[in-house]
Amino acid sequence: MNKFTEDDLKKELETKEYEYGFYTDIESETFPVGLNEDIVRAISKKKEEPEWMTEWRLEAFRIWSEMEEPDWANVNYPKPDFQNISYYSAPNKKPKYDSLDEVDPELLDTFKKLGISLDEQKKLAGVAVDVVMDSVSVTTTFKKTLAEKGIIFCSISEAIKEHPELVKKYLGTVVPQKDNFYAALNSAVFSDGSFCYIPKGVRCPMELSTYFRINQAGTGQFERTLVVADEDSYVSYLEGCTAPMRDENQLHAAVVELIALDDAEIKYSTVQNWFPGNKDGKGGVFNFVTKRGLCEKNAKISWTQVETGSAVTWKYPSCILKGDHSVGEFYSIAVTNNFQQADTGTKMIHLGKNTKSTIISKGISAGKSQNSYRGLVQVNGRAENARNFSQCDSLLMGNECGAHTFPYIEAKNKTAKIEHEATTSKIGEDQIFYCNQRGIDTEKAIALIVNGFSKEVLNKLPMEFAVEAQKLLEISLEGSVG
Amino acid sequence: MELKDKLISSFFAFEEQVDVNSEVHNIRSEAMKNFEVSGFPSRKDEDWKYTSLKSILKEDYSIFPKKEDAIEYKDVKKYFIHDIDAYTIVFIDGIYSSHLSQTTHDKIDACLMSSALTKDKYKPVIEKYFNKIAPKNSLNSLNTAFSREGAFINIPKNTVADKPIQILNFSTGNESALMLQPRNLVVVGENAHVQIIERHQSLTDNAVLTNAVTEIYADKRAMVDYYKIQNDHANASLIDNTYVEQQGESNCSVHTFSFGGKLTRNNLQFFQKGEHIDSTMKGVTIIEDKQHVDHNTLVHHIEPNCESHQDYKGIYDDKSVGVFNGKVLVEKEAQKTNAFQSNNNILVSDKATINSKPQLEIFADDVACSHGCTIGQLDEDAMFYLKSRGIPAKEARALLMYAFANNVLSSVKIPELQKRVNKLIANKLNVSLGFDL
Repeated sequence: MNKFTEDDLKKELETKEYEYGFYTDIESETFPVGLNEDIVRAISKKKEEPEWMTEWRLEAFRIWSEMEEPDWANVNYPKPDFQNISYYSAPNKKPKYDSLDEVDPELLDTFKKLGISLDEQKKLAGVAVDVVMDSVSVTTTFKKTLAEKGIIFCSISEAIKEHPELVKKYLGTVVPQKDNFYAALNSAVFSDGSFCYIPKGVRCPMELSTYFRINQAGTGQFERTLVVADEDSYVSYLEGCTAPMRDENQLHAAVVELIALDDAEIKYSTVQNWFPGNKDGKGGVFNFVTKRGLCEKNAKISWTQVETGSAVTWKYPSCILKGDHSVGEFYSIAVTNNFQQADTGTKMIHLGKNTKSTIISKGISAGKSQNSYRGLVQVNGRAENARNFSQCDSLLMGNECGAHTFPYIEAKNKTAKIEHEATTSKIGEDQIFYCNQRGIDTEKAIALIVNGFSKEVLNKLPMEFAVEAQKLLEISLEGSVG
Repeated sequence: MELKDKLISSFFAFEEQVDVNSEVHNIRSEAMKNFEVSGFPSRKDEDWKYTSLKSILKEDYSIFPKKEDAIEYKDVKKYFIHDIDAYTIVFIDGIYSSHLSQTTHDKIDACLMSSALTKDKYKPVIEKYFNKIAPKNSLNSLNTAFSREGAFINIPKNTVADKPIQILNFSTGNESALMLQPRNLVVVGENAHVQIIERHQSLTDNAVLTNAVTEIYADKRAMVDYYKIQNDHANASLIDNTYVEQQGESNCSVHTFSFGGKLTRNNLQFFQKGEHIDSTMKGVTIIEDKQHVDHNTLVHHIEPNCESHQDYKGIYDDKSVGVFNGKVLVEKEAQKTNAFQSNNNILVSDKATINSKPQLEIFADDVACSHGCTIGQLDEDAMFYLKSRGIPAKEARALLMYAFANNVLSSVKIPELQKRVNKLIANKLNVSLGFDL
């Protein structure tokens, strides 16, 4: 048997192609490139939005026009030309579907290739899925079942029309328009996204899920997700994404806002698998995402992410622990390969008393990629007895990649207890030797070790998603995961 | 007049006092140009995110103090580590004081930067080492532009300095506000050993701003121990820039004890230019009132098989602010690097703040790097244990704080200095334990 060495693994990793890189030939309606007030108005008009929404977008556009693109992240990329992107693209045939049978069969094929065969999942997993393709929500399944419980799960454009009072009340409260460059851009041009409202005391009976896909060339995807969990409710929300293989870079700038009112709990899981570019670093998606959650009293927000895609990732899912006794969690696996660059992490802002946060971040870098963890733990003066535990581990494969850790820790209260630890290592020869000795070949041993390394995070994913995440890890590091 | 403009115009006056035709002066003029462009750092710079120089830059500092010799040994005796025999280099308001100093040229050079910069004898050393590792940032450039005086220590190959060397910088307060810019150069040859203790001390409450630059070169197998004691008056601010370049198998440690001063910023950087190098940087910070101490460290691992250890402890009371910004940078070639970084903090008061940013940037795969950072309180159980044995709360707290800082203290290699630092800590915590720890 040929010995499978780390070099072999590296080679395999380099040559491994993106499996979701197909392009679905669906006629779509795409706006001319460029961005100005008229485009913003046109998007709003297209979505048949009320006046207040148009104004809100225009305000965001004005703020954005005066902002500069941030460059503090540890990533290098050609700055996107914001006037050379089409800000709206929708699959053309867009009738309202009542059941899956009416959906364009080609679209269904797309989903099959993605491995999220809707009907299958519907039956087996009982997951309600909202699919966003080129920023327009295509299908929402299980709507009726959810409606019985009073849960609202629909596209955000639908929510703006049908539940304006909720959208108006919560949109932009956690991520205001002026929050940052990409959030402002998103606020101005977001074309669709998901909206979810869980009423008081309701425990959402199934996982809610959104699938994002960029299909059209030369478009940017800007979706906006708003999840509101009313008092004493619970929801688990999943999000997945893919894009076709293209030579050019595509832009994805999303905003996700979570609001957990008193005693509510939101679990938000992401499997991000945008096209990472080919092995020479050409093409790929620029993923600039603002995700933030607000916790009221006794509330809990838990972010879990598996980041395997995107050429450049710039993403910091955060928790504002405003209410007393609130809890924030962040579990992340970021895998970078070839020329991928990831600068990701979290912010935990402790404002309330007895607030707790946990950060577990695992970075795996291979090829010529750069993987950075950037996190902030802030304990404000009034946050008595705040508690934080952070752990950031990095695994390096090959000597051309890099792993970086930039934790910011700010404590203004003497009762704060903060622990941060980080390690960087490679797969130990002794570990592999130990496995070999027990009859496990090197390939399996590497798989075992990588799996073990990410276990703490994988365990946090909902069952349905854990399988998919495992699969993604396999794709990203194939040859290593058995 | 803004301090920056004042410094720029003072440079012309400075040029009249020094030999403008020397090569060193080219370096100075170059540095001045650099400073004119960059100015003082602001909080917009990532490295200065948590430390603002605004409050200390607004004073009207005089740049050239008058000569002052009125200090008697008995007035400043307490600042010397006098129970050991040591070479001493004393500066008063930035000017060398020969009657307080004991320099040497016997086997080793422990003398003055001014003579090193002007005498032909030292020309090769200056050419080779002066201003070579200090990054050309604004504060270093400012110091380089006005570099004239400081300590010059040159330990030749295969020589062990027979006594530790003390560098003391006193400011008399004869001026209402004074800016000092000492420039030190330490060159330690192959297999040579040296121990250095440095202190900045103002004798009155008048404002002082010291912007010091120290460059340390450790050749192969050299051993350098550098200790910094910072326990100054409430109006004295210090920006200490220390840069260490190490060759193969050398061993270099820098200990920083920060107990006082208005604002203290320590920029400490190690550059490892050979294999099997050991670099250690440790610090204890105990501050109160509105004091501000900022440790900004960097270890640059360039070659394989090296180690670095960082251990910083801080205890913050009242409205004090502590900053730790440590960075470990491991280059692609630096395989088998072991780098450890640890930063532990205790906040004693509700108003105290700690900002910690321990960073790792790693480009090599076969390394073991870790960092840890904690912010917490004294263990309630340990306090109870001590109190139940009749130790009053204040003393018990002090004992636990000693224990907390002990890791750093125990690696001080000069016993008398260790004792002195223990005493300083006891004073700082306002207890007398009746025994030495």
